[in-house]
Amino acid sequence: MADVDVISRAPYLPGTSRGTLPAVWRFVRRWPLVPAFLAGVLVVCAIGAPWIAPHDPLRGDLFKSALPPVWDARGSATFLLGTDIQGRDVLSRVIHGARISLVVATVVLSTGGIVGTGVGMAAGYFGGQVDEVLMRIVDFTLALPFILIALVVVIVFGQSFEVLVVLLAVFGWGGFARLVRAETLSLKTRDYVAQARIAGASTPRIMMKHILPGVMNTLIVVATLRVGGLILAESILSFLGAGIPPPTPAWGLMVAEGRSYISVEWWITFFPGMAIFLTVFAMNFLGDWLRDRFDPRLRQVL
Amino acid sequence: MRRFILIRLVYSVLVALATSVFVFALAHKSGDPRTVLLTEYTSQAQWDAWGRRWGLDKPLVVQYGIWLGRALKGDLGESLRELRPVRKVIQSRILATLQLASGAFFFAVLVGVPIGILSAVKRGSVWDYAGRTFALFGQALPPFWLGIMLILIFAVRIDWLPTSGRGGITHYILPSITLGWLTASGILRIVRSSMLEVLDSEYIKLARAKGVAARSIIWKHAFRNAMLAPLTFGGLILAAFITGAVVTETVFGWPGLGRLAVQSVTNNDFPTMTGVVLLFTIIYLGMNSLIDIAYAYVDPRIRY
Repeated sequence: MADVDVISRAPYLPGTSRGTLPAVWRFVRRWPLVPAFLAGVLVVCAIGAPWIAPHDPLRGDLFKSALPPVWDARGSATFLLGTDIQGRDVLSRVIHGARISLVVATVVLSTGGIVGTGVGMAAGYFGGQVDEVLMRIVDFTLALPFILIALVVVIVFGQSFEVLVVLLAVFGWGGFARLVRAETLSLKTRDYVAQARIAGASTPRIMMKHILPGVMNTLIVVATLRVGGLILAESILSFLGAGIPPPTPAWGLMVAEGRSYISVEWWITFFPGMAIFLTVFAMNFLGDWLRDRFDPRLRQVL
Repeated sequence: MRRFILIRLVYSVLVALATSVFVFALAHKSGDPRTVLLTEYTSQAQWDAWGRRWGLDKPLVVQYGIWLGRALKGDLGESLRELRPVRKVIQSRILATLQLASGAFFFAVLVGVPIGILSAVKRGSVWDYAGRTFALFGQALPPFWLGIMLILIFAVRIDWLPTSGRGGITHYILPSITLGWLTASGILRIVRSSMLEVLDSEYIKLARAKGVAARSIIWKHAFRNAMLAPLTFGGLILAAFITGAVVTETVFGWPGLGRLAVQSVTNNDFPTMTGVVLLFTIIYLGMNSLIDIAYAYVDPRIRY
């Protein structure tokens, strides 16, 4: 694996001469250090939010409304990134926002991923009518303008965490199903699957023990590649008032709340947006990297 | 080929119908539209009259049938907010969205195609890294935040461009960049990868071996063929455009269809909402069908 990788990457590297400095440079080039660091920070913030955040993300103090970040002359060291209009600490809200984003992404990916994998494997393995019906349903979910349907659904069922997660999952499982189906189609023709069948393995057993492990690589790569898009979608819906309801510190919502004060109190909007950007950037980068490393064939599809 | 086109079209119509049922049902579940107009002076007689005017006294299935029958003739009912036909409301907004979309597409192509080609031709160089970094940044920037930051920098701090609304040519710059940014990075990635693939093919090697000039290889041999691949991603780009239009128009107060959709949803104006959502769905399905058909035409290996 490692040798192959060095060879395939050789043309990219201008300096292939031996030495400590090129070795360090190669290491930096080869491993996604910055995105991995960002993702690490995100996970730590999400898990440890109540302990890391210096203030309560929901309780504001109107006497401390709209304080600028610490480097500003009027800034205070207790509120490193300033406070919003209601006097809530921006840094604490950004840290807690990591938790919201990550929980949404995890729940949606696990439900969407499991449903999508199940449907995709069934469609690919059984083929025929089953395949036809299941794939048409997938096509249907992928054929709708997501954002507009989401807006309508939220008006009917109200703005809540549950509605948001269900929406994202309903529109998200289709992509998994398509890829898993394609993978299953090729896996089921392999000799070892035929031999398992001859040996008398039941259909569920073949699927769980022989097909699923083969699909796993694709699944992990696709799931990682989806995280960024999901966080972005969640923030867009929250921004439009169709996602996480206030006063929860969701990043998209924070940007929306700060929008009217942008000409002076820019920090209320800037930092949560930056958090979305860095998170999505890191996750997309890691996804690309995982794909190139473990499943380069997916390059054609994704 | 004819069968392929037929199946594709029938399928699109079915999806559009299913969507209309779905949206119609949801819209009605969101509550009685008459409550929007209700005041303390509304009499029972008036209430019933509104019900008859919009056919609310009939069962939902019948209402849907009537609505569908009219919609097929181009009559989408009456907007509850503006008290005029939804078709008129949509007509008054559609130009603004098309202009914005054209501006954004122009920006996306102008940025995405040249950088994509440069990135592929000079693979592994500084240009390539810059191009790929731009692509990664573009796909990670939340469009609403990008719009707000552009307003902050170019309209508030250095006062070069207007903050919002529609007007002269300067009004188009910031919204077009906001909407086109994501698409630009998408196009960049696709152009780069398809250009790389083509440049690696046998006939390019032959052309090189024959001694054809590099410029001619890039533009005449590679570029034309590389432009086929982005076609398949047209659908994805379009989907991003619809989402982007809703967000961009909200941020810039642009009087287009995306903003109309958001407004009709928040105002409970369900005839307008159904109309706009359906229009977007039809545009989306229609464009996707066209793309599929065009692609099947170009590449005979693809069949439904």
